[in-house]
Amino acid sequence: MSPKEELAVIGKPLPKVDAWEKVAGDTRFADDLFLPRMAYAKILRSCHPHALIKRIETSRARALPGVYAVITGADFPPVKFGIMPTSQDEEVLCTEKVRFVGDPVAAVAAVDEETAERATELIDVEYEVLPTIMSIEQALAQEKVRIHEYGDGPNIHKAVSLEFGDVEEAFRQAHLVREDVFYFEGNTHLPMEQHAAVARWGPDGKLTLWSSTQTPHYVHRAMAKVLGLPMSHVRVIATPNGGGFGGKSDPFSHEMVVARFAQLTGRPVKCTLTREEVFYCHRGRHPVLMWVKTGVTKTGEILGMHFRSWLDGGAYGSYGVASTYYTGVLQTSTYKVPVYKFEGMRVFTNKPPCGPKRGHGTPQPRYALECHLDKIAADLGLDPVELRRRQLVDEFSMTANHLTITTCGLGECIDKVVEASGWRDKFRKLPPGRGVGFAASAYITGAGLPIYWNKMPHSGVIVKIDRGGGVTVFCGSTDIGQGSDSVLAYVVAEVLGIAPEDIRVVTGDTDLTPVDLGSYSSRVTIMTGNAAKEAAEKLQGLLFDAAAKKLDVPPSALEARARRIFVRDDPDKGMSFPDAAQLAEAAYGTLAAAGSYTPPMRGGKFKGSGVGPTPAYSYSACVVEVAVDPETGEVRPVEIWIAHDVGRAINPLLVEGQVEGSIYMGLGEALMEEQVFRKGLHKIPSMLEYKSPTTLETPEIRTVLVETLDPEGPFGAKESGQGPLLPVIPAIANAVYDAVGVRVDEVPITPEKVLKGLDLRAQGKEPRVGPERVPAARFPEPIRVPLPGEDSTLEAQATIYRRAIHRREGPRS
Amino acid sequence: MMRLPPFRYLAPRSVAEAVRQLADHGPDAMVVAGGTDLYPNMKRRQFEPRVLVGLRGIRELAGIRGSARQGMVLAAGATLTQVSNHPEVLRHYPAVARAADLVSTPQLRNMGTIGGNVCVDTRCNYYNQSYAWRKAIGFCMKKDGDICLVAPGSDRCLAISSSDTAPVLWSLGASVRLVGPKGERVIPISALYQDDGIQYLTKAADEILTEIVLPPVDGLRATYWKLRRRGSFDFPVLGVGVALRMEGEVCREARIVLGAVASQPREAADAGRLLVGERLTPELIDRVAEAAAKPSKPLDNTDLVYHYRKRMTRVYVARALRELAGLPVGEFPLGMTARN
Ligand SMILES: Cc1cc2nc3c(=O)[nH]c(=O)nc-3n(C[C@H](O)[C@H](O)[C@H](O)COP(=O)(O)OP(=O)(O)OC[C@H]3O[C@@H](n4cnc5c(N)ncnc54)[C@H](O)[C@@H]3O)c2cc1C
Ligand code: SF4
Repeated sequence: MSPKEELAVIGKPLPKVDAWEKVAGDTRFADDLFLPRMAYAKILRSCHPHALIKRIETSRARALPGVYAVITGADFPPVKFGIMPTSQDEEVLCTEKVRFVGDPVAAVAAVDEETAERATELIDVEYEVLPTIMSIEQALAQEKVRIHEYGDGPNIHKAVSLEFGDVEEAFRQAHLVREDVFYFEGNTHLPMEQHAAVARWGPDGKLTLWSSTQTPHYVHRAMAKVLGLPMSHVRVIATPNGGGFGGKSDPFSHEMVVARFAQLTGRPVKCTLTREEVFYCHRGRHPVLMWVKTGVTKTGEILGMHFRSWLDGGAYGSYGVASTYYTGVLQTSTYKVPVYKFEGMRVFTNKPPCGPKRGHGTPQPRYALECHLDKIAADLGLDPVELRRRQLVDEFSMTANHLTITTCGLGECIDKVVEASGWRDKFRKLPPGRGVGFAASAYITGAGLPIYWNKMPHSGVIVKIDRGGGVTVFCGSTDIGQGSDSVLAYVVAEVLGIAPEDIRVVTGDTDLTPVDLGSYSSRVTIMTGNAAKEAAEKLQGLLFDAAAKKLDVPPSALEARARRIFVRDDPDKGMSFPDAAQLAEAAYGTLAAAGSYTPPMRGGKFKGSGVGPTPAYSYSACVVEVAVDPETGEVRPVEIWIAHDVGRAINPLLVEGQVEGSIYMGLGEALMEEQVFRKGLHKIPSMLEYKSPTTLETPEIRTVLVETLDPEGPFGAKESGQGPLLPVIPAIANAVYDAVGVRVDEVPITPEKVLKGLDLRAQGKEPRVGPERVPAARFPEPIRVPLPGEDSTLEAQATIYRRAIHRREGPRS
Repeated sequence: MMRLPPFRYLAPRSVAEAVRQLADHGPDAMVVAGGTDLYPNMKRRQFEPRVLVGLRGIRELAGIRGSARQGMVLAAGATLTQVSNHPEVLRHYPAVARAADLVSTPQLRNMGTIGGNVCVDTRCNYYNQSYAWRKAIGFCMKKDGDICLVAPGSDRCLAISSSDTAPVLWSLGASVRLVGPKGERVIPISALYQDDGIQYLTKAADEILTEIVLPPVDGLRATYWKLRRRGSFDFPVLGVGVALRMEGEVCREARIVLGAVASQPREAADAGRLLVGERLTPELIDRVAEAAAKPSKPLDNTDLVYHYRKRMTRVYVARALRELAGLPVGEFPLGMTARN
């Protein structure tokens, strides 16, 4: 692969391909779609957190003028759905039981939204109220109250236990063993765009669904299943998303409701959720209670770690099985943890279901781990950065839990933020009320496995060249604002030597585009990028062959750049891109090629090994400086320095945008956002009262991009959409400690918690605010997995792998 | 999307016409000015007026006039942006400009009026919710129900007075002019309010507030401090309006008025009295702040924990007084230093 300077498009701060449409207000989001004769749907939702449905009476609603149809769960085949094959526990409209305030019960389609809403108020539902479960403790204590009948125990959705090496032995050898308990309150995505869907039932008996979804392929599967239609008769089009952050990654009730209404009424039907309903769809950050125990040497090297997590999953499974594992897998991917044990448990509660939010399951343990290490550094009298810096994972190595590390720029990230922030002159040296905190993290670049088991590619791309030189790229991916459409254009433009504006990108349409699994797990750039590169390279081959014949040079002498194909050593000798395209089409027929990508099969051979492996890990390091007002407890971030190992910045502008967005989101989670409940209801389901920071709360952000050119990524790229959020939260917590000596072991770090800590300090007590206890451990017997080194075949594999990919001159091409 | 219930919109050209229309439609009608408070409430079915009498087209209700010597008049229809940007208001009544500037967001201040701000509905997070939410938790007496969910023993609604400008206007001794079918009257703004979350105004439903009269400056120095989570959007969860009349170093008159601690702005009269005849020493300020916190009795019905809000009353009163005394105040809350 060519050195950096030779790239024409990759690495340049170009505008997004959809920038003009967005700034001109021309982008059509799902709610902007208006089809002739369209009807509007509204969903009646449960007003009880937990109840049996005795009777639903819809006649009054049906009688309201302007109402076209009223449906209940009885209008659907009796099948359940859910994103994970093992957690098919949702109904489009509940038939027997409701499990949280907001659970869908019935729906109305009417001439307008007002009429539909009024009609929902005329539906009479008779409930038999059941006792409710609103916390992890209650879920485990109230065995007789069962939210679901399936799972790993009463109200236990999933319980896992994995042990890699003997942790007890590691603790025995340790100089210091420390235990800590942390709590991370739940929070939600808060995308600007509320979910919306429009369905059309054609006279040919085929269904089209436009939806603000991050995962059209999974929605496609779920729609076909729930409606009993062949997948070939269902077309799902993902409209541009006004933000997703993981909140639009599940198939949702309203999508199936509009589809059923379209079938019943023969009209197109739209449903746009209210902001309150978005809070009920949720699938956001799990509240997680965590316990961590680590044994270290005198100089702070980790000898072994034992981590336990309890996740409050809310009312349904969603991605919860994966979330549970994610609270345990990435602890080993930043610092060397030679021996590791993880126990995790997700419980059901009568709250909106939790799921994946930016960082999926990993911000909570990262917060716990990074604060825990800070405390260990304090116990040992070591600089917290030094403690971490000296035990970073090796590049091209394997962790205790069998994760393969490829490139790792964490050391460089740490050095960069330490330098830029003036850490050495600030840590423990700032005046009272001012402090700095540090944290580091790693994140996956795409899940190694798909959601449902299959051997097909995770991403497919088709590239087609028109006779005039126009290029169209087709891919099932969905741009949720992160710029994935642009990445497709940049990659193809680079390979074919044209400009991104010569390319039309068609994405997220199950009829037109090859499957891409969706915008989640930071998988899109690496997977669609590799697939696009493969497709474009095939076409480049045809163009070069055709041009070479004409120019009478070998194809290897050619280069594509600036809309020309020419002889590298004699640039005047060449032809325009359209001319080359016409020659190639004449010679080889229609110019189209497909590329696909499947991540390498990695991970151990034990149950649960599917979560955590990825082609490559991104790394981030962060320093935050805060000012804490000792009288009000207000924590104000003053400046944030972050360095992120993105592998290669395909477009540094977009990467910085992702980093800044992550920081802003992390700030909210650290300081104010909380999804809290009262009397079984979401306490504050509104954008005004659910406090999320504004630009005024966002301090100066200094972003440094570190490039490690990972062999797995297209042009060396890893991810940037989620990883940079991770270190922000613990860095703030650690900075608060440096500023006022108070440990807030519970997120969000609200002013009253800081004041409570200051009061404790003034009273001579331990200045710590956070959970005191964890529930009695009821985890299954651990699966004991040999360490990679103990198992010769694995070690051999790892060595071969290391050698095979350790070609720093360039990523695979 | 949340939808407005159907209503008829009337657009009178004069106060007299508006008053007549209000009287004609009786309890079916409501006044709307900027609509920034009323329309969201209507979407949540807290109010379902069949007729809205819109004040935007009434010329008499626009404008700001007067001087520091005679006092100034803020017409009810002046927008919060106009109030906060008005050079004379900024110069002579900076606390009023600051309070107006601290309301919500620039967009809302462009629409929202000072009259509407003074009359803004009381708030409670059991009440500022959609119809479906309120139905799910059980309706409360402020709308559709008969008990109070915050304090089930209470025989009245305890929703919170949430106007940013009211505490300052009260501390300055401002008056309001009300025009109704029976004529017009001018009352001190302190008399406009009563401690009832539902009937928080003493004004009759068919009276229109036409103007706010600020007294001559005459040595008055005032300030406003606001506690909220973010530097924008948020309603006050504590407001502190303080006005002092100084004679040299000595305080001759003092009024401390707390916002968002009760269903009306609440004057901390005992605390104010401690200041009279005294110099503003740090020790005295601490004593006054302690005393001012006494009448602050927040409940668990808005943002931030209520005992925290109570505790902040002391801190915010002390900082407001320190600001007026020219003493260091520590960090300003977010957004407050922006323009003052
Ligand atoms: C997101 C959001 C944030 C907000 N934040 C704040 C805040 O921080 N601080 C704050 O103080 N307010 C806040 N508000 C409330 C509101 O925007 C302001 O109080 C604004 O000044 C209200 O003025 P208006 O002209 O829009 O009132 P309207 O909505 O038109 O009216 C409000 C009430 O006053 C009555 N009324 C209006 N004018 C008159 C009159 N001349 N005579 C008699 N009755 C009248 C109406 O009938 C209605 O009951 C916020 C509102 C929103 C939606
Ligand atoms: S204070 Fe009580 S009565 Fe008033 S709005 Fe709140 S819950 Fe309802």
